[in-house]
Amino acid sequence: MNVPEDLRYTASHEWLRAEADGTLSVGITDHAQESLGEMVFVELPEPGRSLAAGDGAAVVESVKAASDVYAPVAGEVVAANTALNDDPGKLNKAPYDAWLFRLRPSDPSAAGKLLDAGAYRKSFK
Amino acid sequence: MLQTPLIDAHRRAGAKLVEFAGWELPLHYGSQIEEHHAVRRAAGMFDTSHMLALDVEGAGAGSFLARALANNVGRLTRPGKALYSCMLREDGGILDDLLVHFLRADLFRVVVNAATADKDLAWLASLGPEGATLRPRRDLAMIAVQGPQARERTWAALPALRAASEPLGAFFGAQAGAAFVSRTGYTGEDGFELLLPAAQAEDAWERLARAGVRPCGLGARDTLRLEAGMNLYGQDMDEHTTPLECGLGWTVDLESSRDFVGKRALATRLAARVQLGLLLAQGGGVLRAHQRVRLAHGEGEITSGSFSPTLRTSIALARLPVRAAPGDAAEVEVRDKRLPVHIVRPPFVRHGRILV
Repeated sequence: MNVPEDLRYTASHEWLRAEADGTLSVGITDHAQESLGEMVFVELPEPGRSLAAGDGAAVVESVKAASDVYAPVAGEVVAANTALNDDPGKLNKAPYDAWLFRLRPSDPSAAGKLLDAGAYRKSFK
Repeated sequence: MLQTPLIDAHRRAGAKLVEFAGWELPLHYGSQIEEHHAVRRAAGMFDTSHMLALDVEGAGAGSFLARALANNVGRLTRPGKALYSCMLREDGGILDDLLVHFLRADLFRVVVNAATADKDLAWLASLGPEGATLRPRRDLAMIAVQGPQARERTWAALPALRAASEPLGAFFGAQAGAAFVSRTGYTGEDGFELLLPAAQAEDAWERLARAGVRPCGLGARDTLRLEAGMNLYGQDMDEHTTPLECGLGWTVDLESSRDFVGKRALATRLAARVQLGLLLAQGGGVLRAHQRVRLAHGEGEITSGSFSPTLRTSIALARLPVRAAPGDAAEVEVRDKRLPVHIVRPPFVRHGRILV
């Protein structure tokens, strides 16, 4: 299972990447895509939407099941990866490139408090 | 968990194994969507050894099954011919759906679902099979080879089966040495179902794989049968559903004078629901079991729903008010949205062709 060292994680299997402009990209982990199976649909948040930490932000649906993707930290949605609408399978092929949405966090230090790669690996063993 | 004689072959092929009806079976071997396409376009195979073959043997076998089954085994006169039937409770509820093969006047072979196998055996025994014995054939493994190339690739892999199976029309089966081959399936494609001695199953599976038959798991099996408009027991029907409420009225023989378990109930019990297909009109999600369907004259419920790899949109089987008809407008509640759907008459796909 692939868990890149430079990302942060949640126990509900989202990953976060700190971008150069201060925003955070959010996606689902390799473990999440593996257990859900082949993705066939995504529902993305509208830019401008405000989210509290833990709010349902996106939905990914595999052949098997639908799964909510939660906002790992509070913030405002600044972008959604609409390319995934046409190719949800990217979530399976390249889970750490296939970001779902970008957040401008209310608290810039919030992401640093989430799980690092080592803690995430331990979280489901 | 119970394991089939093919468990090692599945592990070697990298199967993702899951529990299904108490058995450890492949969900997929990497991509259930690619497996689905392999069956629609070429050939795929499924380990269906968890299903139970049950021989009903003896001079009373035919009359016993005529009483136990809702479809008329009396119509089976040519050796090898198969018939799809429900087995009902007295109140018309479905105990199981099954395939029965007529082998000889005194020998029928019934294939039932894995989850219901023990219950079915107990039920049949309780009906008192006079002049017939019930013989479960756990010594047999079962491989379904399905797809437009399924027959040719089966013969390439297992040439000994060719002579007996080449003349078979649809819904016929024949003994070929130690194997029983029938031209049946659960995918809407041509192909065979092979019943083999358990000890021969792994070799047959590997030969089929080398001949280009792709191993397929339960995931593809479910999307294929849904596209073919075929019910899944426990999901689209159960003991609280009559055949008339789940699209299986055509399998019930109410015309002949034959009496069978459940007949009286079906003749008097009005169907409150009708089964039809749904096709998602503009995307927006995936149709799933138990989602609510809203129509102008009432509500219904999806019993099976998924993404259809062939149609590249979502499809479903739904139980709707009896007035519902193909062409009616309807909406399905998916999370916080109502998604428009077209009501259609299943099947959605047969022999590789989209029909809706």
